[in-house]
Amino acid sequence: MLHYYILAPFLAAAIFPFIYSDSRRLHAGWFVLPVPVVLFIILLQKLSVLISGDTIMQTVRWIPSLDVNLDFYLDGLSMLFVLLITGIGSLVVFYSIYYLDRTEQLKQFYVYLLLFMGSMLGVVLSDNVFVLYTFWEFTSISSFLLIGFWYKRKRSAYGAQKSMLITVMGGLSLLAGLIILTNITDTTSIRGMIAAQEDILNSGLFIPALLLVMTGAFTKSAQFPFHTWLPDAMEAPTPVSAYLHSATMVKAGLYLTARFSLIFSGTDAFFLLVTGIGLITLCAGSFLAVKQTDLKGVLAYSTISQLGMIMAMLGFGTGGAVLAAIFHIFNHATFKGSLFMVAGIVDHETGTRDIRRLGGLMSLMPVSATLAFIAAFSMAGVPLPILNGFLSKEMFFTASLKISQTTSLASAFADFVPFLAVFGSIFTFVYSMYLVFGTFSGKGNVKDLPKKPHEAPKGMLAAPAILVILVIIIGLMPNLISGSLLAPATEAVTGEKALVHLKFWHGVNIPLYMSLAVVIAGTLLFITLKKWQPLYGRIPSYASADRFYNGLLSVLTNGSKQLTNGYMTGSLRLYTMIILAFLTGAAGWFLWRTGGFAFSTSDLAPVTIPELIIGAVMLIAAIASVFMTHRIAAILVVGVVGYGLSLLFVFFRAPDLALTQLVVETITVGLFLLCFKHLPKLWPLNKTAGEKFFDLIVSLSTGTILTLIAISAHSSKWFDTISHYFVETSYTLGGGKNIVNVILVDMRGLDTLFEITVLGLAAIGIYIMIKLRTKGD
Amino acid sequence: MEIVMCILAGSLFAAGIYMLLQKQLLRVILGTALLSHGAHLFILTMGKLNRGAPPVLEKAAESYTDPLPQALILTSIVISFGVTSFLLVLAYRAYQTNHTDRMDELKGLEDE
Repeated sequence: MLHYYILAPFLAAAIFPFIYSDSRRLHAGWFVLPVPVVLFIILLQKLSVLISGDTIMQTVRWIPSLDVNLDFYLDGLSMLFVLLITGIGSLVVFYSIYYLDRTEQLKQFYVYLLLFMGSMLGVVLSDNVFVLYTFWEFTSISSFLLIGFWYKRKRSAYGAQKSMLITVMGGLSLLAGLIILTNITDTTSIRGMIAAQEDILNSGLFIPALLLVMTGAFTKSAQFPFHTWLPDAMEAPTPVSAYLHSATMVKAGLYLTARFSLIFSGTDAFFLLVTGIGLITLCAGSFLAVKQTDLKGVLAYSTISQLGMIMAMLGFGTGGAVLAAIFHIFNHATFKGSLFMVAGIVDHETGTRDIRRLGGLMSLMPVSATLAFIAAFSMAGVPLPILNGFLSKEMFFTASLKISQTTSLASAFADFVPFLAVFGSIFTFVYSMYLVFGTFSGKGNVKDLPKKPHEAPKGMLAAPAILVILVIIIGLMPNLISGSLLAPATEAVTGEKALVHLKFWHGVNIPLYMSLAVVIAGTLLFITLKKWQPLYGRIPSYASADRFYNGLLSVLTNGSKQLTNGYMTGSLRLYTMIILAFLTGAAGWFLWRTGGFAFSTSDLAPVTIPELIIGAVMLIAAIASVFMTHRIAAILVVGVVGYGLSLLFVFFRAPDLALTQLVVETITVGLFLLCFKHLPKLWPLNKTAGEKFFDLIVSLSTGTILTLIAISAHSSKWFDTISHYFVETSYTLGGGKNIVNVILVDMRGLDTLFEITVLGLAAIGIYIMIKLRTKGD
Repeated sequence: MEIVMCILAGSLFAAGIYMLLQKQLLRVILGTALLSHGAHLFILTMGKLNRGAPPVLEKAAESYTDPLPQALILTSIVISFGVTSFLLVLAYRAYQTNHTDRMDELKGLEDE
C-alpha cells in the first residue's frame, strides 16, 4: 500500500490539469485538497501499527539486477515526516485557495506542489538509498519550479537558480556518499547498512562517506555555510515558503541525518561535524535574523537557526537529545508554518512585508495578531504552559548539559555548548519579539501602506489557526503525541526502546535558569534594539555567504570564459600546434616509458646510389618549398617531391604506384597552376623569430618522433606478412596476374568502391562550390 | 635502405607540418600535399623494400615485393588527390569571398 500513497500525488499531478480546465468556476485548489487530506487520514490510522512496535515494509521490483528496488519502509521516524507532509500539505493547499488569485497560473502551481508532495513522501519512506536519492533530486527540482513560480521576476529566477545549484550540489555529494556506503556494505538498503555498521566504521572510507552524506543533508537543510539559498527562496509564493521552506523540504536534511545516525552516531567525527555545524548555524542564523527588515527574511533566518538547533541535537546523539530534536521538528513545523501563513496574510492585506513600514496592525487585524503572538512566543521559548516551543527548548538546554556522556571529544566541548545554546536562544527571543511587535504593535503609519489593511477572510485564517491550536494543545498536553508519535520516532533514530513522558514543570534546575536568562537578556536586548541594531551595518560585507556564493559563481563563469578564450583563439595554427604537441608528447613519453624504441640492421635492403640521390633531391625540395616566396616556384618544388616519389616507386618495384603517382602529381600541379591564377601572390613569411622557433620545434619534433616510430616499427616485426596468400591465389582465385590490381578490385574491392565514392563526392563538392553563389557574390 | 627511407619520410612530415603552421592558406594546402607524400613513403617502407620482383606474376620470379602496401597506397593516393583538389577549390572560393588568404584574418565576425 505504501507505493500507492507515494504514487497518489504524482498521479493527481498528471490528471489534475485535465480535470481543472473543464470546470473553471471552482478554485483549482479544491480539486487538489482531497489528495493530502485522504492520505493524512489513511496514514493516521497506521499509527496503531507503530505504537504496537511494528513497522511496515513493502517492496516492488524496479531494477533488480542493480539491487535497486522500490523498497518502502514505514517506521516511527518516517511516520512523523509523513504526517507532517500530508497534514501541513493539506493546510497549505487550503490556505493557498484563499491566498492565490484565480488569475495566477494555478494549474502549474498545484502540479508542482503535488510533485513536491509525492517526492517528499518518497524521500522519507524509501529504504533503498538510490530510490531515496531519486526522490531527493525530485524535491530539488520541484522546489526549483515552485521558487521560480513568478518566473518573470528577476529575484525569483535568481533565487530558484541559487537553490537549485546549492541543493543539487549537495544532492550529488549525497549520491557519492551513498555509492561509497553501498560499496562498503554491499547492500543498497538503509537497514542493511545499519546492520553492517561495524564494516562502515572500520572502513578507511568512513570519513569521506560521512562528509559526503552530511554535505547533502547540510545543503538541503540550509546549514552553514550552505544556508544562503534559503533567504533567497523567499521569493516563492508564501504557501510554498510555509510548506517547503519551513515544514518539510528543509527538514529532509534532518531526516537524513536522523536516518543515518544509527550508522554514524557515537563517533567523534559525527559529533564534531553535526553538532559543530548545527551550533554555528543556530547562532549565526538567529543573530542575522534580527538584521532583516523583510518579514519572510526574518522567518527564513529563523528557520535556518532552528534547523541548526535540531541538527545540533541530532549531533549530541543521546536519547534525550534525539527526543528533543524529534519533538522540535514537530513543534517547529507547527509554529513556523503558522508564522509564514500570518506573514502571507499581512503581505496580502497591506501590500508590504517590510517591518519598517508596518506597525500598529493589532487593532486592525486582531485574529492574525493573536495567532502571530502565540506562534512567535512559542518560537522564542517563553516559559508558558501553553507553548510547545518552550518544552522542546528546555529539552534542548537539558540535552546540551549532558553531552559529555556521548563521546570523548564531546566531553572536551561540554563546557562551551550550553553557552552557545543560550546565546543562540537569546537572539531567537529577540527576533521573535522584533517580528511580532514590529508588525502588530506601536503606532505605524497605516495610511502609507499600499493597501488599506483589514482582517483577512476566515478561510485564509483557518490554516494558521489550526496550527496555532496545535501549538497550544501540544503545549498543554505534550503527552498526547509522546507515546504514539515521538517514542516510535526516537526509537527509530537511536535504535533503543524509548520511554517518553513529557511534562512542563521539572522543578527548579539549571535548564530553567537558562530559560530565565534567555528571557531576561532577550527582553533587555529587545528593548534596546533601536540602539544596537545599526551595529549590523558594521559587519563587513565580505563575511557574508551570499557574497561568497556570488563571487564564486562569477569567478567560475569568468574563469572558464577566460580559460576557453585563452586557447580557443580561432587560430588554426595554435590548434594544430596543440594537437601535434600532444601527439608528439604522448607518443614520445610512451616510447620512452615502455622502452619501445628498437633499432635493428639485420633485415635491410641494400642502399643503392640512384635511390639515395632521388631521396636527397626530395629532401632538398621539401625543405626548399618552405622558403619559396614565388608561387609558381613553390608549386614546382612540391611537384619535384611528388615526381621524386614516383621515381622511388619505380625503384622499389611498384609499377602501378609509379604510374598513378605520376598522373596524379601532374594533375595536381596542373590544378594548383589553374587555381593560382586566381589566387594572391605568396607573401613573405614575415613571422617573429619566436613564432618561427616554435614552428621549427613542433615540426622537427613531430618529424623526429614519426621517424623513430617508423624505425622501431620496422626493426621489430612480430608477424610475417600475409602477402604470400595474395601471391599464391592471385591467379588461381582472382584470375589475374597483376597482384596489386587483383587486390584492388577482387580481394579488397570494397576499399576501391568507396575510394571511387570519395572521388565522386569531391567532384560534386567542387562543382557545388564553384556554381553555388550566395547573394552579394 | 629502409632506415634512410624512414628518415626521408620523417623529413617530409616535418616540412609538411612546418607548412601547415604557416599563416597562408596556400602554404597549408601545399603542406598537406607534402604530408601525404610522407605517409605514402612511410607505408611502402613498412612493407620491406626491394624483396623480389614487381608484383606481377611471371614464371621466372621466385619472390615478389609485398603487394598489399602497394594496394593500400594506391587507394590513399587517389583519396588524397580528391581531398587536395577539394581543398584547392575551397581555398579559391574562400579567397574570392573574403578577399584574403591570411589565416589570421579568416576568423569570422567579432560577435560570433
